[in-house]
Amino acid sequence: MPMVDIDWLKDHVEVPEDLTYEQLAKDLVKVGLEEEEIHASQVTGSIVVGYVVDATPEPQKNGKIINWCHVDVGEQYNAVDEDGNKVPRGIICGAPNMAAGEKVVVTLPGAVLPGDFKIEPRKTYGHISDGMCASERELGLGDSHDGIILLREYGFSEAEYEALKPGDDAMHLLHLDQPFWRLTSLLIVDMPSHIAAWPGEYHHSTGAAYTDPVIALNEQTPVVTGLEPGTPTDIEVSIEDNAPIHGVPGCDRYYARVIRGVDASAHTPNAMRRRLTRAGMRSLSLAVDVTNYVMLDLGQPMHAFDLDKLEGPIVVRRANEGETLTTLDGKDHKLDPEDLVITDSPNGEHGSRILAIAGVMGGLYGEVTEETTNILLESAHFDQVTVARSARRHKIPSEASRRFERGVDTQLQPAAAQMAVNLLEQLAGGTPSEHPTDINMTSRRLPIHFKANEVSRVAGLDVDVNTVSNILSDIGCTVAGGGNGEFSITAPTWRPDLNEPCDLVEEIARLVGYDEIPVTVPPAPVHGHVGLTPEQAYRRRVAQELAEFGMDETLSYPFVGDEDFKAFGYDKDEVAPISVEVANPLAGDRPYLRRSILLTLAQTVQRNLRRGVENVSLYELGHVYLWDPQAPAIPALPGGVRPTDEQLKALDAGLPEQPMHVAGILTGLAEQTGWLGDQRAVDWSDAVEAVNRIGERLGASLKLDQPQSENVPVQWHPGRAAKVLSAGVEVGMVGELHPRVNEALGLPEHSAAFELNLSALFSTLDAKPVQAKAISTFPLVRQDLAFTAPKSLSAEALKQAIVEASGDMLEHIELFDVFEGEQLGEANRSLAFAVTFRAQDKTLDSQDTEAIRAAIVQRAETLGATLRA
Amino acid sequence: MKTERLLVAQSAVFDAQAVSAAVSEGIELIEKASSMEALKSIRTRYAGADSAMTQASKAIGALPADQKKDAGKLMGKLRAEFGRAFAAKEEQVKAAEEAAALAAQTVDMTMPVHRKPLGSRHPLPKLLENVEDFFISMGWQISEGPEVESEWYDFDALNFGPDHPARQMQDTFYVKGNQAKDAAGFVGSNMVLRTQTSSDQVRALLTHGVPLYIASPGRVFRTDELDATHTPVFHQCEALAVDKNLTMADLKGVLDKLAVAMFGPEAKSRLRPSYFPFTEPSAELDLWFPDKKGGPGWIEWGGCGMVNPNVLKSAGLDPEEYTGFAFGVGMERTLLLRHDINDMHDLVEGDVRFSKQFVMGE
Repeated sequence: MPMVDIDWLKDHVEVPEDLTYEQLAKDLVKVGLEEEEIHASQVTGSIVVGYVVDATPEPQKNGKIINWCHVDVGEQYNAVDEDGNKVPRGIICGAPNMAAGEKVVVTLPGAVLPGDFKIEPRKTYGHISDGMCASERELGLGDSHDGIILLREYGFSEAEYEALKPGDDAMHLLHLDQPFWRLTSLLIVDMPSHIAAWPGEYHHSTGAAYTDPVIALNEQTPVVTGLEPGTPTDIEVSIEDNAPIHGVPGCDRYYARVIRGVDASAHTPNAMRRRLTRAGMRSLSLAVDVTNYVMLDLGQPMHAFDLDKLEGPIVVRRANEGETLTTLDGKDHKLDPEDLVITDSPNGEHGSRILAIAGVMGGLYGEVTEETTNILLESAHFDQVTVARSARRHKIPSEASRRFERGVDTQLQPAAAQMAVNLLEQLAGGTPSEHPTDINMTSRRLPIHFKANEVSRVAGLDVDVNTVSNILSDIGCTVAGGGNGEFSITAPTWRPDLNEPCDLVEEIARLVGYDEIPVTVPPAPVHGHVGLTPEQAYRRRVAQELAEFGMDETLSYPFVGDEDFKAFGYDKDEVAPISVEVANPLAGDRPYLRRSILLTLAQTVQRNLRRGVENVSLYELGHVYLWDPQAPAIPALPGGVRPTDEQLKALDAGLPEQPMHVAGILTGLAEQTGWLGDQRAVDWSDAVEAVNRIGERLGASLKLDQPQSENVPVQWHPGRAAKVLSAGVEVGMVGELHPRVNEALGLPEHSAAFELNLSALFSTLDAKPVQAKAISTFPLVRQDLAFTAPKSLSAEALKQAIVEASGDMLEHIELFDVFEGEQLGEANRSLAFAVTFRAQDKTLDSQDTEAIRAAIVQRAETLGATLRA
Repeated sequence: MKTERLLVAQSAVFDAQAVSAAVSEGIELIEKASSMEALKSIRTRYAGADSAMTQASKAIGALPADQKKDAGKLMGKLRAEFGRAFAAKEEQVKAAEEAAALAAQTVDMTMPVHRKPLGSRHPLPKLLENVEDFFISMGWQISEGPEVESEWYDFDALNFGPDHPARQMQDTFYVKGNQAKDAAGFVGSNMVLRTQTSSDQVRALLTHGVPLYIASPGRVFRTDELDATHTPVFHQCEALAVDKNLTMADLKGVLDKLAVAMFGPEAKSRLRPSYFPFTEPSAELDLWFPDKKGGPGWIEWGGCGMVNPNVLKSAGLDPEEYTGFAFGVGMERTLLLRHDINDMHDLVEGDVRFSKQFVMGE
């Protein structure tokens, strides 16, 4: 995360002497900065320069080598020995770059580093470590944690370095006491990606005097237009893009400027180095640091070449099939014909040697080295899409490519080059060339037709025509017209994000202040459905009912893989082709989306069991995803245009079906052991009860249809699983998981489960209001009917027969007893039902009851069940 | 038996002294009785059909007329005395017996009685329901769209061009298919796991037309590894209103109400300029609420803005005629903020010890 010293702002804008960072934060939040981005110094306590007197490597059992060091931290902070003499402090340091003779940064006991990291003397590796030698990351200075800070490498001149004495205040030396900001906004398109823009924003927010640094730089830039033909320039450049993407040339401006005779041994000054480091950039060589510094400050990415290694002309072109480049980071890249490359022409071979992937990263050849004295600075404008695709393709998102992707000012190039040569001249001598090359094919920006009342129509903000004009002028727009409330606005080249009227509305609203927008509430809409849809209401009932039934609701990621298929006994070759497969899964072993919630719910059950939770009974409502290998392809269509009806159909026709399901897994004890009675383990009946309760809560009459064991799906117990039907439509399964599944998942024996397709179930329901029956006040008649029935006859079938034979007199029926015994015969069992009858219009007499009873008995006999005496 | 009784009756002679003594004796026994059983047997013996008292009453008939009145008076007095003594004692004995019976039934009610487990709702789906209810209360509708979605609805229709950074593989889960090479240089299906529930916006505009006031709560996917603050699978609630005459002022009003609905009467919202492809003007939505960890203050909550004209055009609407606003808040983030949950793992791992704290999810 880039971090910026607040003092950088002061380079460009006048700020009050006593400006606190809290006030600055407030000022910038108003125009779009995130409050959390500005931080006070997070470092307190004594942090000083230390001189490493000795460092003894001590190999450890774990293979690590640590250094037992003595560090001189000055008279005031040094340790005291037994004789009362001041001696260097003993410090343990594991950094590979620790060595005697280095000047380092020592955080002394009592110091507190970012993240509330308190420094205290502590016993480690057999010594008392009486302080810590710090890395950049530990101090919140940057991201580097490869080793400790060696001040020798920290951009001090020789004299400055010599002057550093043990015990010097490093807090001030490294600006650790300054507030800084963490610029996440760099990643957002609309937000300025360069420091110099923030002073501008500060100006917009507070009205503080602001000078655009570009104006002064442009004044210093040598004139290149209107020169005599044949005037020599720094280097010949040719832009030859024969394959623009979306019709946009890969490069529409290439500005090159030379500086000769720089001191190759010059170092980057401490202040610049510190700003670079905090911004997350490693300090390399002066030339590279200067180009990076200009990029951070102005937003123009640049590249520095060793002029003496190049042979003109420079050719900007697309790569050819088969070309390769080894980039600065040492990685080899096979180039794609879409990549835009910077080449030169050795031995007269035009554009034959590739120097860089344009706007992304340079190659090894042509780089600035420790011997380079003549430098060619490239300050170009590359196409957003071309750079973005190359950075993505080669997986090298660089600071430069990120800026090009977001759009760079088309007129900034000469000023950026000027700033770079100014800095190099100042820091390393040298003579800037007065003959830069400038191939400029950038086009003028088109004016935007803008009605002032758009601001109130869209933003709800009443602003007058003058305010509109003033604000747009202030951000650099050319404003014309305005008499009738209509303007012709030309946005400045450094605001590539301003293209449409709505962009201007945002600018005006932002700079007037979003806080100034009034607050209203739109009236409730007149049209459309009111309340939840029946499906949405049903879903809540299901979720609520299962919790009330005693299960715990959970959510799981819908990703599954081979391991899950295997545990549930699926054949991967059958399931994978009908599953949605993610092209870039996070977990390579779970690339598919579930077709059944049970697969992912089981993972959650396992996690709970592994953590020692007992009697886990979970349920989940969620989608499953059914891939159709025959589904038609989905077209790629442009945005901003309504597709035709056919195209809209095609968009949906290729999507997988994604019904809403509910699934539950019940394990362990259904009832606990206690003084009240014995425990009862979960079995199929608990899952059936859960399903029944869902049905009852929805007003659905769910029926179970138990298939022959050979027809039961593999994941279910062949004798203890049934299909769930609603209005004759199959909507799910319920029962015990197959013992092999329970074993594979590590679930207790007889763990039970259910899964219902709620989309299917809900569609069988009649969403109309319940039509109430009249309540009869006539007396009821209760009869117990016990049948001897073949075991093959399901209780449900017999019950159904009784219900049908009873007619509308039936009020209630319940199975109250089941038993098997010798007297019934091997193939039979007894099923006893309690049945109550009641008539709407009279008291039932014995004759009526007899008639119903006879009908029931007769009907039961057709199923092979006989009434027991 | 009948004959015998008649004989006794006939042979009875009224003896005032004897009957008074018998009743006194009975009352004395009543005083000593300690059970209903004893009481009843005393009543049978001293006031029953064969008792001296009953015999005496019957014998009155045989007395000369001038003695009958006094005899009757005496009997009335004796009967009343006996009855009073009996009733008083009966009440006493009954109360004692009931007390004894209840004492025998006394249990230790602090013994644990949970035979059936107590279930729980997960706070996240419950929060989605609460958010839905907020929109329903304003007369809006709850809209739902597919989680495996075409790129057009998830990106193009929302003004994310083919080369927009958000479409990169490092942000978006792509679905394997058999399509030709696409812009980013990989084989795709033009299908993604939706990265935002805004994918439902243009779908709803095309299906229902305008005016439209909807909220789309649901599950979305991004290729972030699970850590303390990120999860690759999470939930959003997007809201969209498209009508004539809607402005950013309406957006602010609805956001303030949502803040109050989720974080209590003192909560408020604030807009901060930002950028999203599908809105212009765009804003970050900041939330202020008194119970914020570390003290009352502002914290980022979501994103919002006025619907970008290109999105309206994707739905075939004229941006000159219609305006709209849209906003989205992360449901996990809302829960983390509201319940001081420090680690996203707790929210997504499904450990029942976490969700049971919320009982029915709240």
